[in-house]
Amino acid sequence: MNLRLLCWVSTVKNELKGRRLLSDFDANLHELTYQNVWAGFKQLVPISLFVAVFGLAFGLAATQVGLDDSSIIGMSALVFAGASQFSALELWGTQVAIIPLAITIFAINARHLLMGATLYPWLRHLPPVKRYGVMLFVTDPNWAMSMQAFSRGEPAMGLLFGGGISLWIFWVLGTWLGLFFGSAINDPVSLGLDMVMGCFLLAMVFGGQKNLRVLIIWIVAAFSSLMAYWYLPANSHVVVGALAGGILGAIWMEKQQ
Amino acid sequence: MTIETTGFGALIIILVMAAVTLVTRWGGVYVMSFVPISYRIRQFISAMSGSVLVALLTPLAINGDNGARLALLTTAISMLLLKKPLPSIALGILAAALYRQI
Repeated sequence: MNLRLLCWVSTVKNELKGRRLLSDFDANLHELTYQNVWAGFKQLVPISLFVAVFGLAFGLAATQVGLDDSSIIGMSALVFAGASQFSALELWGTQVAIIPLAITIFAINARHLLMGATLYPWLRHLPPVKRYGVMLFVTDPNWAMSMQAFSRGEPAMGLLFGGGISLWIFWVLGTWLGLFFGSAINDPVSLGLDMVMGCFLLAMVFGGQKNLRVLIIWIVAAFSSLMAYWYLPANSHVVVGALAGGILGAIWMEKQQ
Repeated sequence: MTIETTGFGALIIILVMAAVTLVTRWGGVYVMSFVPISYRIRQFISAMSGSVLVALLTPLAINGDNGARLALLTTAISMLLLKKPLPSIALGILAAALYRQI
């Protein structure tokens, strides 16, 4: 799973290609049958096993922050977006400031907007209930794989939906396993386990695109966040940093191919 | 506005998180059915989704103990070299654990 839309430019192109392709002749790519959903499910089981390990890490980190078991499972089941869940833990306390939390979650998960937009050329052939039903399970791995398949002209709606269900099941299952580890460990800090969250988020940052433009965006985000952390009201730093980086990204755009 | 995390509070927070995430999952498709999302807005979203993590991590790195900093540094270097998240995270945690045993 990674945060950046790796093949961003190419997907935009593919989207345009797909639009033309679908409207002209090949309207079967979006088909959603039991067979192809099951095939998609099976295809993503290996990746889902890795996702389960991340889920385990989340369960473990969440118990340390003091969430009760049902809240942890509930969060994984209902939110189903790792980085944002880890970030929520970072903002968790005896009280939670709900507006900064909501904005943070939105900023982290805003990449889903792009996934939905890039999938639209194929999704638009589905009736609304199925279209939005499929989107419930869209996350980084199944999005990336089905976009690749769609752009090769293969039917991938089953991969998107079935694969998403597989990822969801293993994410929740992994979280549940994490609860047992979390309750069995007495001194998590001495084992470095308080860093699960930080290291996870950092790995997500470095897993994305890396170039000079992105590096400078990160530096601006880090600097603004720190300034806000020291001089602005509590909990504003995440939003300030995200906006600063985002605005710079909108001004200094990548060359469109 | 703050919400207590005891009892129903936690449930409300989780429901808010779920609702916001749902908006992001549905929003892109919904908006596209009216008007294509412009290149500039896409660039904004993609820059923002990385920046938000950086913004979250910076105070963690500044305020943390040396074990925390070593963990983050190890994860960053491993990600650059190995390009695999799971081993990088594991190495980061291991670095913090070893440092704190000394």
